[in-house]
Amino acid sequence: MLALGFGLNAVAGAAVGIPLLGYVLSSFLKPRQLDWVSLGPVEKFPEGKTRLGNYKNPFHRSWDGSTADIPCWVRRIKGNEFQVFAINCAHLGCPVRWFEESKLFMCPCHGGAYYEDGERAAGPPPRGLFTYEFKIDNGNLMILAGALPTLAQPNA
Amino acid sequence: MKVPIQKLTDLGLGIFNWVDDRLHVKKIWESTAGHHVPQSAGSWFYVFGSATLLCFMLQLVTGIMLALVYVPSADESYATLEYLTYHQQLGWFLRGMHYWGSNFMVGIMLLHMTQVFLFGAYKYPREITWLSGLALLVCTLGLAFTGQVMRFDEDAYWGLGIGAAIMGRVPFIGQQLVDFMLGGQIIASETLSRFFALHVFVLPGAVIALVSLHLRMVLTKGINEYPVPGMVVRRDTYDKEYAAILKKEGVPFFPKAIDKDIIAASFVIGGIVACAFFFGPKGPGGPADPLQIDANPRPDFWFLWIFAIAALMPAEIETFALLVGPAVIGLVLVALPFVNGTGEKSWRRRPVAVIVTLLVWISLGMLTYLGVTSPWSPVMDGWSAETTPDAKILNRTPLELQGAVTLQYKQCRNCHAIDGLGGERGPSLSDVGLRLTKPQLVRQVVQGGGNMPAYGQNLSPSEVEALAQYMISLRPEGIPPARDTTLPRKPKD
Repeated sequence: MLALGFGLNAVAGAAVGIPLLGYVLSSFLKPRQLDWVSLGPVEKFPEGKTRLGNYKNPFHRSWDGSTADIPCWVRRIKGNEFQVFAINCAHLGCPVRWFEESKLFMCPCHGGAYYEDGERAAGPPPRGLFTYEFKIDNGNLMILAGALPTLAQPNA
Repeated sequence: MKVPIQKLTDLGLGIFNWVDDRLHVKKIWESTAGHHVPQSAGSWFYVFGSATLLCFMLQLVTGIMLALVYVPSADESYATLEYLTYHQQLGWFLRGMHYWGSNFMVGIMLLHMTQVFLFGAYKYPREITWLSGLALLVCTLGLAFTGQVMRFDEDAYWGLGIGAAIMGRVPFIGQQLVDFMLGGQIIASETLSRFFALHVFVLPGAVIALVSLHLRMVLTKGINEYPVPGMVVRRDTYDKEYAAILKKEGVPFFPKAIDKDIIAASFVIGGIVACAFFFGPKGPGGPADPLQIDANPRPDFWFLWIFAIAALMPAEIETFALLVGPAVIGLVLVALPFVNGTGEKSWRRRPVAVIVTLLVWISLGMLTYLGVTSPWSPVMDGWSAETTPDAKILNRTPLELQGAVTLQYKQCRNCHAIDGLGGERGPSLSDVGLRLTKPQLVRQVVQGGGNMPAYGQNLSPSEVEALAQYMISLRPEGIPPARDTTLPRKPKD
């Protein structure tokens, strides 16, 4: 009788536990999603300059508020040659700032610095800035976005 | 009318006995508040544990109060925080008490831990007391970190980013851990909800359970006697010795040993209330709007030392240190009562323990100080906000003045100070002309190195020349510039 009780409760426990774990640990099961978003017409970004762009997280929720708006640095080298950098420092994710005069990105947290092409210039970052994949579609600059870039998954 | 005192007393006693018959109140009281402790444990050094618990209870009460107004949604939380701080009657004070209560709780808990360590209270037979205390430390730091996220401002937002970046350094499952921590692929509403659930349900629940265990151990294994040099703990004799101490000088915790706890409690509450009243709550800072990229994220006080380590660690070992370091510290702390479970308890006979304690506190103190001043961070407006002192411009040639302009315009001063004005990331330039020769200056500017970016791509030769000339002029009056000592001295030197 007791054995039957244990057996039944093992089934009941699994019926509760498996969905529960599946719910909480969904990040371990779901494949990563990215989507193309527009940063606006290419003309917004003058040649030879680096400008702050922004987009709405393609997977945002209606209650995300301002956290749905994500900034990025857009460097238009010339013509359709672009580099789109994540705002997050490759060290620990703080927002890097662009300094046009010295052509450097500087991080306010731990002093990381990057050259205008995103390469690491100084400080603790282990690599250059994270970059987005981009394409030009109908005169619009599109990037593949939707995730916070980290060293584990550098594609922003 | 005559008051029937006798009847009322009988009635009261009757009710008490009825309740006691069902709940065994007397027995529980005697075995908890009335349990016997060594008289020597009624010391001022023994008040930190109860003071930590007191902070936690205050956090529960003020936390519930805040939850009456706060909305854990990325869209609304900032507005509710502002409402709490500026409109809700006494909301600022409740927020202040919750903020300062958390600071006090972590601080007093660390004092408690230090005292337990120095008094050898973790030794046999109180291993589980120590281990449950460690778990409480982890939960309390967890509460402090998640609480910082509840103040959903720019510090919270970028603090989450830092947490995610550390998770992202974990090999193999880094990405999954990042998404697990954030509740999605990005810092957003689900991140806040997740941390809210941790902060108000999971962690406080865990603390209540762990405190029960912690106090249960205090009851079953007794509070540590005040250590006496020369009284050595042995596994086979300690229990008898402790029983003998209790028999000889045992007193009931209530009312004989609790007096100092009660007095300390009033000071702790008084301190929290005073800080809340005079300093108020922290923030909220700027809203958690990622587009506000001029954020200058800093963690709360008790995490500043980690912030400093992250800046000072050589990049090559950082991932290893960030991931393995905590595990090693955890392992050492867990192993402590097992590898060092016997022997002397008194700190007077444990020089290594004293040195370790001092080193840890001094390191934490220095790192926290560095975290506050963060000299490694560029001063973002150093180039546009700082003036150049008169003495550093007067009597300069046009070329040198051109160099001064270049130095300002190329943002050198975000990292280099002149007469204390500007960043501290790189060395001060106040008297750089004494330290470096012109070829050295040119090389450093053009090629960078030693944590300085190379400016060669970004400066014309004439700008480099002007810059070098200006920097050579940066030295005390009447003292010649640095010269290459491998070359023969020229007459005019």
